[in-house]
Amino acid sequence: MGTSHQGTGASDGLFLGPLRWLGRTALKRQPTGSAESEAAALAEAIALSVGELAALMARVDGEAQDILGFQVAILEDDALSAPALAAIAAGTPAHEAWGAALAGEIAGYEASDDDYFRARAADLRDIRDRVLRNLAGYTTTQHRTGAVLAGEDIAPTVFLETDWSAGGAVALTRGSTTSHVAMLARARGIPMVVGLGALPAHCTTLAVDGGSGHVLADPDDAQRRDFAAAAAAEAQTRAREEHFRLRPAQRRSGARIDILINVAGVDELDHIDHAACDGIGLMRSEFLFRDGAPLPDEETQYRAYRRFVEWAQGRPVTIRTLDIGGDKPVRGLTPDGEANPFLGLRGVRLTLAREDVFRTQLRALARAAVHGNLKIMLPMVTVPDELARGATLLDACVTELEAQGVACHRPPLGIMVEVPAVAVVPELFSEAAFFSIGSNDLTQYVTASSRDDARVAALNDPAHPAVTALIARVARFGREAGIPVSLCGDMASEPKHLATLLEAGLTSLSVAPARIARLKAAIAEL
Amino acid sequence: MSETAEGSVVITHDVGLHARPSVKLTKLAKGFTSSLEIAGAAEGPWIDAKSIVKVMALKAKQHSTLFVRAAGVDAEAAVAAVVDLVRRDFDEAGDGH
Repeated sequence: MGTSHQGTGASDGLFLGPLRWLGRTALKRQPTGSAESEAAALAEAIALSVGELAALMARVDGEAQDILGFQVAILEDDALSAPALAAIAAGTPAHEAWGAALAGEIAGYEASDDDYFRARAADLRDIRDRVLRNLAGYTTTQHRTGAVLAGEDIAPTVFLETDWSAGGAVALTRGSTTSHVAMLARARGIPMVVGLGALPAHCTTLAVDGGSGHVLADPDDAQRRDFAAAAAAEAQTRAREEHFRLRPAQRRSGARIDILINVAGVDELDHIDHAACDGIGLMRSEFLFRDGAPLPDEETQYRAYRRFVEWAQGRPVTIRTLDIGGDKPVRGLTPDGEANPFLGLRGVRLTLAREDVFRTQLRALARAAVHGNLKIMLPMVTVPDELARGATLLDACVTELEAQGVACHRPPLGIMVEVPAVAVVPELFSEAAFFSIGSNDLTQYVTASSRDDARVAALNDPAHPAVTALIARVARFGREAGIPVSLCGDMASEPKHLATLLEAGLTSLSVAPARIARLKAAIAEL
Repeated sequence: MSETAEGSVVITHDVGLHARPSVKLTKLAKGFTSSLEIAGAAEGPWIDAKSIVKVMALKAKQHSTLFVRAAGVDAEAAVAAVVDLVRRDFDEAGDGH
C-alpha cells in the first residue's frame, strides 16, 4: 500500500509516473583570485544568463514570455548586482557575493503579507541559481518527459525547459497556487499539487491528482490500476468535452443555446478564449468597489468597462450596476448594523439612494458603450418604479454627456429577476430591455434559506418546484413579450439542472468560464 | 532647460504593481532622459522608476496611490506617461489575448 499525502490542488488532472526530485545542486567553484576578475566573471555569468533566457523566450509565448521577460528585466537591472559588486570589491568571491545579494532580495519578497509578492521569491531563486550555475560553468540540463517533478518548489524556467510532450506532473512540498509555475502548469494542462509538507524519502513513484490535491507515494498494483482507470476515464471525458469548447452550444434537435460567461474581474479574461462563449452575461462591477478603498472615479470605471467590451469583440457584455449590501458590505456605502442585510438596502435600492455613486457609474457605462455591445443590468429590482428611475437617470447622464461633447451611447437597460415579487409578475416589468434570472438570490428568497448556513443549506435548492415554476414563468412571459431572458446564477453552471432550465424554455445561460466545455457537452446530449 | 514635474495616480490593477506591470513601467521610464522617481507616500521614500528591482520592492498594491516625480528636460511628459500607463491599467486586457 502506498502512502497518502494531502496538499492543495494547483492545476487539474491526474498523472502517475516516476518521481524526479529536484534538489539544489551543490556547485563547486574556485575563485579566480583578483577582485577585478571576479567582477568580470559575475558580469559574464549574468550576460550568459540573459542570453539563455532570451533563447528560451523565443520558444514560448503568452504568459511564459511575460514571466521570462520579468526575469530578464530583473537581471539587467544594475540595482540587483550593485551590492554583489561592492562585496566583490571588498574581497568576497563572486559566487558568495551573488548568493548573499540575492538572499537579501529573496527575503524581502518572502516577508510580504501579499501572496502574489511572496510567490515572486521563486522567480528570484530561479535567477540566483541560473547565474550561480553559469559562474561555476555548469550547463542547464533538460528534464526528461513523463515524470513527476518534485521538490520544495521548482523554478519557472525549470518548468519551461522541461519537455512535457509525454505528459507529467508537479508535486511540491511547499510552493504556491499563485506562483508562476502554477500559472504555467494550468496553461499547459500539467497536473500540479503544492503544499504537501513532506514526501517519504526514497519513494520512486507518485500518483498525482491535481484537482483534489491528493498524492499517493509508491502505490501498489491495485492502487495503480485504480488510478490508471480513473486517469483514463478523466482523459476521455475531458477530451470529449474539449471537442465542444469552441463550437456553438447545440441540442440534439439542433436548437442553439447561447452560452455566456460570468466574470468578476479583468484578469479573468486573460485565461478565456473569447471564441468559446457568446458574450459576457454577467460582469459584476463590484470588483472596482473594494471595501476600505476609495470609490473609483468615472475615468477608472470607463477604462475598466471598455476593456470588457473590447475583449468581447462585438459580442454582448451585460454589466450589472453596483450590487453591494447583503453579504457584500463596502464601508461608507452600505449601511451599518442592519438587522437583516439580505432584506435591506442593497443592489439598486442602495444606488438609487446614492445618486452620486450611481450617476458616476452610469456615465462611465454610457461612455464605454461606444466601444461595443454593452448592456446595463439593475440588480435587486422589486417594483417597476426602480426600473423607471434607473432609466430616467441613465437618460439624464446620456444627455449630460452629449451636452459636454463626450462620446457616449445609451445602452439597453434590463433587470435581474431575483426578487420573487418580480418573478411572480414579470409582466409589470415589460419596460425592461431584458431579464436575467439570478437563481442564487431567487432561490434564497423563495425558500427562505441561506446556502451559507449548513443547517438549512439543504432547503436552499434551486430545483425546488416553486423556483423552477417561477423560472418557467419568466421565460414564458419573455417569449410572449419579445423580451430576451437569460439565467446567470450558479444553477446554470451545474449540468444536473440543465434539463430543467431548457425545459423551462431558456435558450441563454451565463455560466462560470471553467464550465463552458462541460456544459456544451451536456447540452449536446439533451 | 531643466524642469520638474509631479503627479499621483491610484493603482486599479487587480494585484497591484506586480511583475508584468513593473516591467512595463520601467521600460517606459527608461525612455525618458529625466530622472523619474515613484513613491508609495507623498513624503517618500522615493525610488528610481527605471529600476525594476526597486519598483518591485515597493510592493505597491491595488487601490494604493502611486506618487510620481521627475526632473529633467522631459519631466512633464515623463510624469504624464507614467500616470497614464497606471490609469490604463498597464494595457492589460485588450492586448495580446
